[in-house]
Amino acid sequence: MQDSKISVSSLNLFYGENHALKDINIKIRENTVMALIGPSGCGKSTFLKCLNRMNDLVDGVKVDGKVLLDGEDIYDPGVDTTLLRKKVGMVFQQPNPFPMSIYDNIAYGPRIHGIKNKSRLDEIVENALKGAAIFDEVKDRLKAPALGLSGGQQQRLCIARALAVEPEVLLMDEPTSALDPISTLKIEELMNDLKKRYTVVVVTHNMQQAARVSDETAFFLLGELVEADETMNIFGHPKDKRTEDYITGRFG
Amino acid sequence: MSPRKLFEQELEELRQDVLQMAEWVQDGYDCLFAALEKKDGDQMRRYVRHDRTIEDMQRNIESQCLSLLTRQTPVARDLRTVSAALKVVTDLERIGNHLSDMAELFVRMDLPELSRYSPAFPDMVRETRTLIGKAARAFVERNMAMGQEAIDADDGIDDFFNRIKEDLVKELKKDGSDADGCVDALMTAKYLEKIGDHGVNIGQWEIFQETGEIDEIRLL
Repeated sequence: MQDSKISVSSLNLFYGENHALKDINIKIRENTVMALIGPSGCGKSTFLKCLNRMNDLVDGVKVDGKVLLDGEDIYDPGVDTTLLRKKVGMVFQQPNPFPMSIYDNIAYGPRIHGIKNKSRLDEIVENALKGAAIFDEVKDRLKAPALGLSGGQQQRLCIARALAVEPEVLLMDEPTSALDPISTLKIEELMNDLKKRYTVVVVTHNMQQAARVSDETAFFLLGELVEADETMNIFGHPKDKRTEDYITGRFG
Repeated sequence: MSPRKLFEQELEELRQDVLQMAEWVQDGYDCLFAALEKKDGDQMRRYVRHDRTIEDMQRNIESQCLSLLTRQTPVARDLRTVSAALKVVTDLERIGNHLSDMAELFVRMDLPELSRYSPAFPDMVRETRTLIGKAARAFVERNMAMGQEAIDADDGIDDFFNRIKEDLVKELKKDGSDADGCVDALMTAKYLEKIGDHGVNIGQWEIFQETGEIDEIRLL
């Protein structure tokens, strides 16, 4: 099974006494979109953050189990988390551009990783903006402040910023929940494009979005991974009754 | 009222409407053959247009299904129910259509005694009626086992058709004087056989409704 980009086994996570992820086992295939769904507090965002060790920054967190990226455990003590997060980029719910120009937002990561050459940076910025389907909208105002963009444009800018450091995996935590339907559609189309070059994992509360954009869907409940399968199976004939109850809105 | 409750109520209405349409079709079947037996020409002529009402019911259910798909974007079991209902009403409408065609045929044949053409006719009429009754009940009551019974009963219907065909061919070879009647009787048998096929479809849609599979092929 070497086509698994990410392979998680016996992953447990505690926030102090709170057992937030319980024995998670899942494989994520390369060049696919995986959607993580489940009610608030089910652990799906926590799980997402385990994939680039963003949880390391939380006080009192304890993780055990294995998260293999291309066969190598990212929780190995020797792993450089900066390099890890370059490989596994992240986009958040609220667009969070830096208070600087569009150009500098994108060039920020590559500069940190040591790229100084102006024409090389120009090329990276253009490619990243193109990759995030926003280049045509901003190409004439690259020096303008990023905070002047609309919410949907800001989110695509953040995706471009993540792409600029040439990641292999892109984690998205409810990337469209703050956006209007047109911007949402653009991001969803983009995900379909992105999976050709990257592996995408997206947390979403929008069931229809999960059904539209993902190849596989994983359903979390109370810290457990209830079911992960091809998206058609999850939304067509889920195996677990809890999955069925959740996606059909029969919960609670 | 929560949205899910409203949805639940709409699914129940859909089920009731499919039930009503299935009952209307079966009543039509019973009345058609009762009129034939009683040689009641007026009743028979009325049944020539019986399928108009069935078409109205079909359109109404289709519109309900499309509205549910649009507003509720159902998934999993709910999606299977709505899509199966869309298919089942087509089969029910086809059955209704065949019944009207048969009524027209019987009027033209001047209300014939079918058993004169083949002794297998009364059995075929009864067994086909049983098959569609089982199929419709299976779907409305969500009874997979009964759906399978309806599917399995179709071989018997096909046998009846073949026996009737052989009887009619024999009759035509022996004496061609009632060739028109023989051909009409053959068409009657064919309509019954087709009605059986639509009953099988309904049984299969019940199984799809539960499993997402039809004829052991996964659709959803």
